[in-house]
Amino acid sequence: MPGPSEAMLILVFLPLLSAALAFLFPRLAGRITLVSVAFLPVPALALVLAVFEEPVMVHRIGGWDAPLGINFRVDGLSAWMLLVVALVAPLLTLYAWNYFGGETKPSAGKSQSFWPLWLFIMASLNAMFLSADIFNLYITLELNGMAAVALVALAGGRDALQAAWRYLMVSLAGSLFFLMGVALTYGACGSVDLPTLARTLEAGPSATAALALMTAGLMMKGALFPMHFWLPSAHSSAPAPVSGALSALVVKGSFYLLLRLWFEAFDVVVTDAALVVPGILGAAAILWGSVQALVQARLKLLIAYSTVAQLGYLFLLFPLSAGTAQSDPVWGGALLFLLSHATAKAAMFMAAGNILRVAGHDRIRDLDSVAHVLPVSVFAIGLAGVSLVGLPPSAGFVGKWQLLTASLARGEWWWVAVLLSGSLLAAAYIMRVLIPAFTRRPERRGEAILPRPLEWSAFGLAAVSVALGFAGDLPALLLATMNERGGMP
Amino acid sequence: MTLEGALLLAIVLSSFMTGSIVFFLREESHRLRTWLNLLGAGLKMVLVLGLLAGVWSGHEYRLSISMAPGIEFMLAADANAVMFVTLSTVLWFFTTLYAVGYLEGSPYRSRFFGFFSMCVSATTGLALSGNLITFLIFYELLTISTFPLVVHRGTRETMRAGQVYLAYTLGGGAVLLLAVAWLQSIAGPVTFTEQGALGEVVASHAASLQILFWLFIAGLGVKSALVPLHGWLPKAMVAPAPVSSLLHAVAVVKAGAFGIVRLVYDVYGIETARDLALLQPLAYLAGATIVYGSVKALFQDELKKRLAYSTVSQVSYIVLGTAIFGPLASIGGIVHLVHQGIMKITLFFGAGNYAETLGIHRVSEMNGVGRRMPWTTAAFTVGAFGMIGVPPLAGYISKFYLQQGAVATGADWVAVVLGASSLLNAAYFLPILYRAWFLPPPVRWPEEHDFGSWETHWMLLLPPLVTASLVIGAGMFAEAPFSPLAWARFITSREYAQ
Repeated sequence: MPGPSEAMLILVFLPLLSAALAFLFPRLAGRITLVSVAFLPVPALALVLAVFEEPVMVHRIGGWDAPLGINFRVDGLSAWMLLVVALVAPLLTLYAWNYFGGETKPSAGKSQSFWPLWLFIMASLNAMFLSADIFNLYITLELNGMAAVALVALAGGRDALQAAWRYLMVSLAGSLFFLMGVALTYGACGSVDLPTLARTLEAGPSATAALALMTAGLMMKGALFPMHFWLPSAHSSAPAPVSGALSALVVKGSFYLLLRLWFEAFDVVVTDAALVVPGILGAAAILWGSVQALVQARLKLLIAYSTVAQLGYLFLLFPLSAGTAQSDPVWGGALLFLLSHATAKAAMFMAAGNILRVAGHDRIRDLDSVAHVLPVSVFAIGLAGVSLVGLPPSAGFVGKWQLLTASLARGEWWWVAVLLSGSLLAAAYIMRVLIPAFTRRPERRGEAILPRPLEWSAFGLAAVSVALGFAGDLPALLLATMNERGGMP
Repeated sequence: MTLEGALLLAIVLSSFMTGSIVFFLREESHRLRTWLNLLGAGLKMVLVLGLLAGVWSGHEYRLSISMAPGIEFMLAADANAVMFVTLSTVLWFFTTLYAVGYLEGSPYRSRFFGFFSMCVSATTGLALSGNLITFLIFYELLTISTFPLVVHRGTRETMRAGQVYLAYTLGGGAVLLLAVAWLQSIAGPVTFTEQGALGEVVASHAASLQILFWLFIAGLGVKSALVPLHGWLPKAMVAPAPVSSLLHAVAVVKAGAFGIVRLVYDVYGIETARDLALLQPLAYLAGATIVYGSVKALFQDELKKRLAYSTVSQVSYIVLGTAIFGPLASIGGIVHLVHQGIMKITLFFGAGNYAETLGIHRVSEMNGVGRRMPWTTAAFTVGAFGMIGVPPLAGYISKFYLQQGAVATGADWVAVVLGASSLLNAAYFLPILYRAWFLPPPVRWPEEHDFGSWETHWMLLLPPLVTASLVIGAGMFAEAPFSPLAWARFITSREYAQ
């Protein structure tokens, strides 16, 4: 087991170096990525364990302290996010390896650029979770956004390029807003360091403006309703592994940053009334995204709109956590929900990729012709659906349960209504996909010629998402290591 | 984990593991699949026997795993649980045998038997749930695992029925989820406790608890097909016969009824429920359902639909017994949980045999079927007489106790309902029996299959014969120490404080 400092360095620099190598040796790129990603869970787990010993750990890169050097910092929240990446990435990479032809077609076109970019995504996400000042957070956010845009453009074709172009504009605008917020903060407080801000920031118009700007930027990048307009086209036109990575991981980065800003650095500015705003947007996202998913004609668009809806649940944490410490079950529930969505949604996009490949289309009404050929992929969609709907014993259920009991305990009935109708709508759109699987179409049977890992990696992630319901204590325990109310660590 | 806890987990997982393997078997490996299924069912039976022996010798069975803050996965074997788990395990074994014979040669058997096992896993889990949230978990799992069974045939009509089924059950599930979460926010996590688990909360939250009760009933009433939430049940008759048997006798409908039993006795407590004035309206609801189901059954020509409406009616006997305060009625309700199961499964086995052997689906086609298939028809007759309440069969025992309980509490209208229902039962069952035994058979059956020396495949014939003898046995030996009646008395004695 690596020590905490080494683990932090490995989590950022292993994917970063691998990305450089993958770029230099395109023939070996896939294998380099597979090996590098296979190692990621080790340092992530090491940090999770270490947090229970030492709630906050700081590593000064090169030995320089905050104003001059760059600090890495780990606490319960960031350890959990690192774990999420490390859990989803290996199976997703295995899928991508088979999707892009594995060893049979080394470095053919798309895959050549996929590998370094994908490694870059992981490196920038891990760096984001480890950074403790808002300027570095801006850098990681920007790097992450650029790599994500490039991945969307990978599919080529008019639709994909258009989607990528739109994504790029949103991403740039989002970064710009964020940067303005950083500048305002620095002007007002003379520091960009998260703990310093948490200690010294005083409530006032400039702090409020800074938070509002950064929040606006992050809502764009995080596709919170009504800034979600770019997401469905971008996530659905990309190749399957990219769709999976974007929906499962990339959008979660923005949510994480919002938590850091609202509950740590700018805690003094945030009033209970303000916390309701993200909640309302989240509720709107749940309803709007689900209804949209219900009327889509194409499978990948349906899944993308489902992402819009599911992201909404995360934002219910804001109003529901008002006045609570991070040890409150609602926090653990929301973070478990985040992992549940990451695994389930990646699995679903992967399975959809299989269907698209075998059928040559992803029109939902004609899916019955492929459902029988790809039983494992359909099963994966079913299992992932269990988690997305929030049926027990999945992690999605446990997450929603915590949100539900928190709303009930606060007597805030409107969230209850949103949560329940969101679940029923999700059940309805998932059934649209599964119904064809049970319709009998005997004329087109036979084995599909798909590499087995393509099906089983999707199945594996979906099964993990269901089984994780039994791990609901872990995020709660991790968060309990953090401080009581009044700034996170 | 203690050895006792491990046994509970093993009972739930024995069919879960079977199912997980069966899913991935090739369609052609018929023999392996059959053996695995029977092995799983047999193993479960042995484990349940072990549990019974353990409970008898005074061991405490409890397993508790923390899933998340506030969510405790808990299995426990109290008197209620032991009864339901035994019922479902025994009936599952014979239904498996029946299903193997019934589905011979049809496609997608691996998928079918996979979900079949999952369904039984969910049912046993439900039976053994030690607290409300675990019950909820298995309740929803039951919905998920039965849907593929209901739509197994995959025709357009089936898919429509399946969607109706899902809309009802998921809607009910959402209501139940809300009820459980709300109750937990008032009273904390609820562990099933004899004579009630709510304690002091009753005094401080009486009004909320009254609303909550009806929320619970709405959530559970969908599965137990209380009028007006019964609409899915006749539609779900499109499922293959073994599935209908399972749905009606063991799994879905029974899960709802069992949930209501749990709610009244082990969550609220029968005395608290009475004090909150919840029992009387519930009894009216059950009475209305009993009469409504029986009347509707009269007008069905399709045999399975007639049986479906009969289920709507019969399951509410359980609810009725639960809703009348007093030990006699309680015994009648609880014992009917078992009796209705063995009687209804016999009837469905019979209906399946007629359909599979002779292509008979309608009552009007059943002339003379008793001569062609005497054994099946004999079993069917036992089931039907049981339902009517002819002594000394199982149904008589249930009705006797319900009647006595009603009289003891002075609820005369119940006696009227029971009498009317028995008459109606006779009115829709006796014509079938008359046709089957006394009218001449047609020249040709709609679609006859030849199964050699027996009247039908032995795997189809054995299960109804066994369950029919259980119907006779449960009635004749009701006073024996291990009969369902004795167990129902034991449960009841623990649910009343005085």
